[in-house]
Amino acid sequence: MEGETFTGNRGLRIEEPLIFEQGAPGRCGVDLPEPPTVQNRLGGLERQDAIGLPGLSEPQVMRHYTRLSQKNYAIDAGFYPLGSCTMKHNPRLNEKMARLPGLADIHPLQPASTVQGALRLIDTLAHWIKTLTGMPGVAMSPAAGAHGELCGLMTARAALEARGDARKRVLVPDSAHGTNPATAAICGYAVEAIPLNDRGRVDLSALKAALDEDVAAFMLTNPNTCGLFEDEILEQARAVHDAGAFFYCDGANFNAIVGRVRPGDLGIDCMHLNLHKTFSTPHGGGGPGSGPVVLSEALAPYAPLPWVVHGEDGLELVEHAADAGDAKPYGRMKAFHGQMGMFVRALAYMMSHGADGLKQVSSDAVLNANYLLARLSDELTLAYDGPCMHEVLFDDRFLKGTGVTTLDFAKAMIDEGFHPMTMYFPLVVHGALLMEPTETESRENLDQYIDAVIDLARRAKAGNAEAFQQAPVHTPRRRLDETAAARRPVLRWKPDPVAGEAAE
Amino acid sequence: MRYLPLTETDRRDMLAAIGVPSVDSLFRDVPESVRLTDTVDLPDHQGELEVERAIGAMAAENTSAGSVPFFLGAGAYRHHVPATVDYMIQRGEFLTSYTPYQPEVSQGTLQYLFEFQTQVALVTGMDVANASMYDGATSCAEAALMARRVTKRGDVVLSGGLHPHYVETTETLLKYLEAGIDILPPDVGGDEDLVSHIGDNTACVVVQYPDLFGRVRDLQPIADACHDAGALLVVAMTEIVALGALKPPGEMGADIVAAEGRSIGNPLNFGGPYVGLFATRDKYVRQMPGRLAGETVDVDGKRGWVLTLSTREQHIRREKATSNICTNSGLCALAFTIHMSLLGEDGFRRLAMLNHAKTVQLVDKLSAAGLTVLNDGFFNEITVDLGRAAAPLVDDLAARGVLAGVPVSRLLPERPEVENLLLVAVTETVTDDDADSLVSALKEAA
Amino acid sequence: MSDLKYSKEHEWVRLDGDVATVGISEFAQEQLGDVVFVELPDVGKVVEQNGDAAVVESVKAASEVYAPVSGEVVDVNAALEDDPELVNRAPTGDGWFMKIRISDPSQLDGMMDEATYMDFVASQS
Repeated sequence: MEGETFTGNRGLRIEEPLIFEQGAPGRCGVDLPEPPTVQNRLGGLERQDAIGLPGLSEPQVMRHYTRLSQKNYAIDAGFYPLGSCTMKHNPRLNEKMARLPGLADIHPLQPASTVQGALRLIDTLAHWIKTLTGMPGVAMSPAAGAHGELCGLMTARAALEARGDARKRVLVPDSAHGTNPATAAICGYAVEAIPLNDRGRVDLSALKAALDEDVAAFMLTNPNTCGLFEDEILEQARAVHDAGAFFYCDGANFNAIVGRVRPGDLGIDCMHLNLHKTFSTPHGGGGPGSGPVVLSEALAPYAPLPWVVHGEDGLELVEHAADAGDAKPYGRMKAFHGQMGMFVRALAYMMSHGADGLKQVSSDAVLNANYLLARLSDELTLAYDGPCMHEVLFDDRFLKGTGVTTLDFAKAMIDEGFHPMTMYFPLVVHGALLMEPTETESRENLDQYIDAVIDLARRAKAGNAEAFQQAPVHTPRRRLDETAAARRPVLRWKPDPVAGEAAE
Repeated sequence: MRYLPLTETDRRDMLAAIGVPSVDSLFRDVPESVRLTDTVDLPDHQGELEVERAIGAMAAENTSAGSVPFFLGAGAYRHHVPATVDYMIQRGEFLTSYTPYQPEVSQGTLQYLFEFQTQVALVTGMDVANASMYDGATSCAEAALMARRVTKRGDVVLSGGLHPHYVETTETLLKYLEAGIDILPPDVGGDEDLVSHIGDNTACVVVQYPDLFGRVRDLQPIADACHDAGALLVVAMTEIVALGALKPPGEMGADIVAAEGRSIGNPLNFGGPYVGLFATRDKYVRQMPGRLAGETVDVDGKRGWVLTLSTREQHIRREKATSNICTNSGLCALAFTIHMSLLGEDGFRRLAMLNHAKTVQLVDKLSAAGLTVLNDGFFNEITVDLGRAAAPLVDDLAARGVLAGVPVSRLLPERPEVENLLLVAVTETVTDDDADSLVSALKEAA
Repeated sequence: MSDLKYSKEHEWVRLDGDVATVGISEFAQEQLGDVVFVELPDVGKVVEQNGDAAVVESVKAASEVYAPVSGEVVDVNAALEDDPELVNRAPTGDGWFMKIRISDPSQLDGMMDEATYMDFVASQS
């Protein structure tokens, strides 16, 4: 058959087995000295049986992971218009800075006198974050956005309990990301959904009707998950505060307003930032992230441990409630101090852009998204009237009657060399397609993308459903069976007990 | 600005295509009173040279671990990471890729996550592992949450050998969930009686292995006691290299292992990002938080991988999710996987024995110098009783160029019984000269 | 002619004496797509009409299954553990979820017969 090969490889595209299928006893990719001969003191708990790890040499490991990397799409390789993910360019300067031995090779519990520069870096980043957001306090330790949400909500609960006003409910828009209600549940709150109006924003009268003295907080994403600025946010803040509740903002979409609008001016009490979205720390295939949380005067006293303070002899870490002065930290979010590696990267990014550059970031991000809106809304169906912020939301009405779903459309985009946009989120529109170009895309890239999407939409409407349902056809794997994976989960490799050889 | 491709011509043309006069008009939904007129009060943009200088200056103020004799542990252990690892994680296809929600274009990520999950299950002796958590402490806290779901009970018992940061993180996560949290006092003597704390409403007991003081103990008896009472045993670990030499928790009755994996593949990084490992038994897999990569086939019958059992997760179950966790520690998990692949069976075991043997040698030197080591058994960390306050001594020695270890009082300042105790860790990066420097410095001070 | 009664949440009930067998409708399984897992209640659990009873998971969604009638769960369909596809293949037969000893027979009066349910489904789309 044409294209069939003996190895199953196709030119540069290599079929690569698991490491467990390539090991051999006696192989090792690291040269370590012979341990000195001693009487062991392992308390009689020496490992008896083999672990079962495969042995590979360094060249084999290098080749294995290189081949795996070639199966991944990445920002370095192409356009990634995932809504609410902010897939912007990841500068390598950030990587170089994070690897300076003075920053990478320091232990979190070294005496403060030996890590003044590290504490200064955290303090400097905190200053940039507070200035950009117009907020007086920041908790640096949360490890990711969802972790930051939890931090924000916990400060709110701590503050309410401190004033003897424990409440039971949190309000969340229908369009909210799933982490919002999940987080509220961990804080022991019941979640109530607030509908959107037909302009894609939170329905202000519904919000006001739901706000009573039993509401602890309102969790809003702004710009919201439909890519729109909540234009009634000042009224929302007033209503929330009049009810004695706190206003939490999910800052995932901060890229739209950085350098132009400060959440502190909007009446926000707490907001998490995603350093791995707005501030370019790399997504790394799923993490690590970093989610510092800015806090208002009312909430700052409850921030979790630890934090950096200016002491008599230099910078210090406050790690225990007893040393917190008047502050009343609600607890600790993780071991040690926070995602220092991401702090270095984010600070390098912020310093590179500066105040003027960051304002240009939000300008270009919003311009790019509106350009997509303007050029695609004839062929696709726009969910809400523009202008949008940094991302634009379409729904699947344009595919009605074609037999092509949003999923099929997305898979066809893969064949065209693009990572698909976010699909089926937010849930408030049918078959959502949420596109966020970011500011680091050139006009030429956007034009190529737009032209391809228009072409796909036309092909779908011309009745070519089967081609879409077969897509993607050009990738190493096609339409993987997620049902089988969930019905009979295989979550690790296991040796074949019969042959003693690797099995699938 | 070097990261921004749009030119003034581009912007003009795009505004024309949109049909608005300026970018400001695209922000018309922002209330006028909150639109900033000036740029924020921060410096303007800088080139690489200037940024390197500024951040380099901050880096230069710190004493890096590799530049002095170094003995800190207490939850973070310094190991050598092979050059291949750091090179590979910087490949753009790994560094700048996203969560593998579109499996056809993320088989690289999904395959290494599957390998990672397998490695974690193998070294811990458990059935199944997830694709990583933020760190060991949050992993431990999530384990407590999971034990409550599985047993439908509310209380947790935390050993006095559990790292205080893990205790505090677990307490915090459970704070508003009506959990009875029984925290035992620091187990300085290594003889705490955990069994007597297990009650009818105990969901789990959490122990650390090796514990805060570096001790190792057989976990089978406590596992049996838990199971007899209908509770689960959660085993927390801060030093994963120990599993190259020690019996794994999975062979001693553990139900959940919540560990810090950073020792393999990742630098100290002043506390983050780290990589939490989470492993459990097959029967509990649907209660396990975090991402999971699962094997399947594609439409052509070829083997591949996808994220699976997603219905446990926040983006689907929302308020009924097993956790609110959205990110894993992707790149750190990759670093772990690559390092573990380089080590393999022989390398991992040899690395562990190297750590242990050097620690034994140091213990012998300390004892010969008249210093008191509390541990009978240990892996690569011990507790030295200095007979005087440890924290000021550590500060003194730091000023003299020796990073001697972590005073337990740094973690437990309110506990007078630990004031004189110093945690000393010895890894393969410690030389004989380093060890001698430490011994003479401690002997002099005693 | 079917002896099933249906609820607005797309559950069906088949009464035999005072024990009601409960499952989800043909329409519901079609909407869900491939069922990958069913979380069933413990035998002995007391359920309230319209309260949470079970969870049915497809790849991309997890849906609550509510108790269409109040009572005590006396049996659950163990076959669903190994074979959740039964829900898709035979939703009103072998794909049943649980059996409830009902506490209030009059609750069935408020449920729809098959013809009424089919009209209800048609009006939903």
